[in-house]
Amino acid sequence: MLISDIIGPVMVGPSSSHTAGAVRIGNIGLRLLGTKVERADIGLHGSFLATGRGHGTDKAIVAGLLGIAVDDERIPESFEIAGEQGMNFDIHGVDLGPDLHPNSARLILTGTNGKKIELIASSIGGGRIRVNEIDGIQVNFSGELPTLIVHNEDKPGYVAEVTSILEAESVNIATLQLNRSKRGGYAVMVIECDQEVPKDAIRHLESLEGVLRVTYIAGE
Amino acid sequence: MYDSVDEIIRLSEEKKKSFWEIVAEDDARAQDISEEEDIRRMLSTYQAMRESDLSYDPNLHSTSGLVGAEAQKISDRRARKEMICGDFIGSVMERALRVAESNACMKKIVAAPTAGSCGVMPAVLLSLQEKYGYSDEKMAQALFVAGGIGGVIACRASLAGAEGGCQAEIGAASAMTAGAAVYLQGGTARQIANAAALALKSLLGLSCDPVAGLVEVPCVKRNVIGAVNALTSADMTMAGIESKIPPDEVFDAMGSIGRNMDESIRETGIGGLAGTPTGRKIRSRIRGME
Repeated sequence: MLISDIIGPVMVGPSSSHTAGAVRIGNIGLRLLGTKVERADIGLHGSFLATGRGHGTDKAIVAGLLGIAVDDERIPESFEIAGEQGMNFDIHGVDLGPDLHPNSARLILTGTNGKKIELIASSIGGGRIRVNEIDGIQVNFSGELPTLIVHNEDKPGYVAEVTSILEAESVNIATLQLNRSKRGGYAVMVIECDQEVPKDAIRHLESLEGVLRVTYIAGE
Repeated sequence: MYDSVDEIIRLSEEKKKSFWEIVAEDDARAQDISEEEDIRRMLSTYQAMRESDLSYDPNLHSTSGLVGAEAQKISDRRARKEMICGDFIGSVMERALRVAESNACMKKIVAAPTAGSCGVMPAVLLSLQEKYGYSDEKMAQALFVAGGIGGVIACRASLAGAEGGCQAEIGAASAMTAGAAVYLQGGTARQIANAAALALKSLLGLSCDPVAGLVEVPCVKRNVIGAVNALTSADMTMAGIESKIPPDEVFDAMGSIGRNMDESIRETGIGGLAGTPTGRKIRSRIRGME
């Protein structure tokens, strides 16, 4: 944690968890999709559902999906802006189970290029967030650091391959997580890095046989 | 980030550096940026606090309709020179309400440490700058002092109402601000920590019981007591009054009280003021609007 987490963020009120954190959840959905959102199915869970409207959680998530930042005073008008930009959205309650953080949401997003992604993320206090699930696979990252997400076939050797590419670029790994759908199915590697990963390295990763998708989120 | 103010005091005395320098040095190191850059960022945070006060609009009300237009009432009473507390405390009260109301009305604020307690620090710091003419650089240094104290509270206890009750939000904001005020008045590292301890002790046990779960009632007006309590704690400290319980132990006490607090008064909108007949009635009215 940094001093700017204590004296900050600069944000549109009223709640760091229910407003600023909700903007960041929308925003990380947009960054994971990697393209403009055409359609968004927004499921609010727990306290997000119970007190979300009064805290502007609904408007905040939509704002985040539009790429609007936590300190942008257009957050209260995000529904109108979505209308102008042709983004369709549906907001409803959803029960994601008793173990999930009470301030959570599930986003099912379709991009203007037809790309789809489903994620579950939680607002964990002070405007900070955690992504818990991408396309049904468990993950755990905040989006604060440069983050590389690699979907690949569940076969030996991918971790070594990916880490050696990062090593060649002098990118230090802060955290590394690996999960899979099932044995021999597909795996998701989430790597939080201390430095930005160069575009060439990402293209190199995408060209590897058995790598299904590479998503990169630049640091904040 | 430090997990003990004793440690900050020790380093400050050992290196003959100010409390804020010890905090800023460590913070810049953690981000791999220069101290100058970290200070520049803090100056812009202070500017955002100033704007959160200036952008107040007395015509705005929150979505629920519970909050709005109250800072203006203090402004009017000040203009009539009727304030029992005098004009300086009047200005502090007015600013605390202006910023906290703006927050409830979805305006831009600085969470310090949380959005619900965002009025405490600007109310005291902007009013002290107005009264004593401190430079913006000095104010940014005061924010590092506040941040250092907040960091210790976050490590030893919590800065979230859902975990520690309102003592972790308004209480922490008040402690952080008291330390900053003592720094501005020329206090030592020990006096800074002492003011934080005195301020927090007076707000220990404060529940987080917002009506309908919204950051409105009683949050907005609690910013006033957080701000005024910071100033009385700073004055007590500068007068030579010492906290008999050391600061780190006061923060630990806050953590332990938070853990003992029933869930109904930890930001669930169930117990306390939220659970009163009127609180429940307001909640059903708001739910009906949805």
